[in-house]
Amino acid sequence: MKAVVWQGVNRMRVETVPDPEILRPTDAIVRVSATAICGSDLHLMDGYVPSMVHGDILGHEFMGEVVEVGPEVRRVKVGDRVIVPFPISCGVCWYCKQGLTSLCDNSNPNPALAETMWGHAPAGIYGYSHITGGYAGGQAQFARTVFADANLYTVPDDLTDEQVLFLTDVLPTGYMAAENCQIEGGDVVAIFGAGPVGLFGVASAFVLGAERVISIDRFPERLEMARAYGAETINYEEENVFERLKELTGGRGPDSVMDAVGLEAQAHGLLGVADAVKQTTRVLETERPHALRAAIMACRKGGTVSVPGVYGGLADKIPLGAFMNKGLTLKTGQTHVHRYLDTLLGHIQHGRIDPTRIITHRLSLEDAPHGYHIFKHKHDGCIKCILDPWADHSTHQPSPPRP
Amino acid sequence: MTTHDQARRDSPQNSSPADRLLFGGLAVGLIALSVRQRGSVGVFLGAGGALLLAGAAMGEGLGPALTHVRRTEDDHIRVQKAITIGMSADDLYSFWRHLENLPRFMQHLDSVTTQDGDGRRSHWVARAPAGTHVAWDAEITADEPGRRIAWRSLAGATVPNEGEVEFRPAPQGRGTELHVSLTYRPPGGSLGATVARLLGEDPEMQVAQDLRRLKRVLEVGHEPTTEGQSSARKGPAKAEAKMYDNRRTS
Repeated sequence: MKAVVWQGVNRMRVETVPDPEILRPTDAIVRVSATAICGSDLHLMDGYVPSMVHGDILGHEFMGEVVEVGPEVRRVKVGDRVIVPFPISCGVCWYCKQGLTSLCDNSNPNPALAETMWGHAPAGIYGYSHITGGYAGGQAQFARTVFADANLYTVPDDLTDEQVLFLTDVLPTGYMAAENCQIEGGDVVAIFGAGPVGLFGVASAFVLGAERVISIDRFPERLEMARAYGAETINYEEENVFERLKELTGGRGPDSVMDAVGLEAQAHGLLGVADAVKQTTRVLETERPHALRAAIMACRKGGTVSVPGVYGGLADKIPLGAFMNKGLTLKTGQTHVHRYLDTLLGHIQHGRIDPTRIITHRLSLEDAPHGYHIFKHKHDGCIKCILDPWADHSTHQPSPPRP
Repeated sequence: MTTHDQARRDSPQNSSPADRLLFGGLAVGLIALSVRQRGSVGVFLGAGGALLLAGAAMGEGLGPALTHVRRTEDDHIRVQKAITIGMSADDLYSFWRHLENLPRFMQHLDSVTTQDGDGRRSHWVARAPAGTHVAWDAEITADEPGRRIAWRSLAGATVPNEGEVEFRPAPQGRGTELHVSLTYRPPGGSLGATVARLLGEDPEMQVAQDLRRLKRVLEVGHEPTTEGQSSARKGPAKAEAKMYDNRRTS
């Protein structure tokens, strides 16, 4: 089969690899009908997540049709049309029973590695480095999925792949991040980053009762899309974000602030340069935590900072003084995708959230390297790429690069 | 801290007198060599010798320091680990008390066979470094259903050892906490243990991995794996992936 493979920093390749096989009695093989490139894949591409190995198959946002099941799979049947949540749940440990599926005790085959980095081992994740288990990902024509009964989620036939694909990650991630904002009626929420998660954060914040949402980014097309979802916008290259947020909230600051950027934030000035230099060493600092700093500074006293953005290691110069003295609450975590699926499917079916709006590029799997490139550099107005593993490559014209 | 623990306090030094003599001698030899060598080689040898000598003098062996060997004052190696498993204490006790089950999750054990009617005496066969096997007889010294099991090897064991597992109810429906304590005297004191560790027989890590294997086998029926999955790996990348995927850390 064909698969997108990590061959080193900035080297994504489409290669022919062996088809996946059932390795455990609870596995299932999925014929991938649609998959997507996620912003967190860019951290892998850029080499900021340790324990990637040449030849790793990428991708954690994928869906398709079940073509084979292991002998102990009871609920899932061959022929089911399913989405595959990115964090792997065993379905029986205490965390999974609490609905905290991204913290599953049993799904990461490399817990010692994660414990070295983080003290404890969270759930395994498809196609996301060996710290999270080293599972082959779903940017491929087929994928092996594990603990099938606890994870594969059947979707209704009357919804298209594009409508349900983002249930695997970005949509529940934006939703959980909005939930983590602890929104009360009338609240103002500010969201750093208007990529897919930030945009779904906007939509979700409104669904959860926010009065106003302010979206912060630097790309006009992203800010425009945030406005289409109902947000007010700030372009941080044109205005002082901190001052503008105060002004927009009568001097108080937003009630909650979301960091939907993560470990590769853009920052100007000395601190930004220092982060960038330190991050290149992978030792002095592994993150560029500028959005997190800005979120803590901007948030009103007693407010909540929600962090869906991915962080991997150690960050410097976090304004803990502001965090403590302003009495803030920090809520974060990898998304517990499973617990939001029924709710979000309902929102999609009733038209309260339209996930397809963020799709700007539909490419064949063969074009994945191009997709990674334009997504990383925001060329051609790229916000979200979805890949068709079965498209006929010959008919596809890649978009011209943005001037 | 139970009274049992206090009887086996950790020693302030992690290397045995034999280790200190050996490495001290090695250090002096290296320093002597370094005097004869010119340039960077001499500096390197001298620095290495000085490090070893300091370690020997302070009783902080380089190997044990890197691998966190814990010694008790009476020169035993002790490992203590705890894990929470989503099952009742009674079920876990029954599983463990049936000593034949131990090799299902203790990787270094080949077999445990109980020898008499009440199962208090047992015969253990373990895999030792370099493909050899070690066997010994053990007896159960404490048996409190649903609460505690303790055992120790009988006279004549190559590696005299004793173990204890306690089952404590965990709060908020989390199941049961297992508190495991193993004490053993490896051949040749802690030097033997250090060598054994370098061969991949790190007792601390092994117990942690064994307990996690027990949890996973009991909670979901098997350990998750990526062994045999698809990738585009060739040559050295295969070894690199293996290093990550079978990593033993402590």
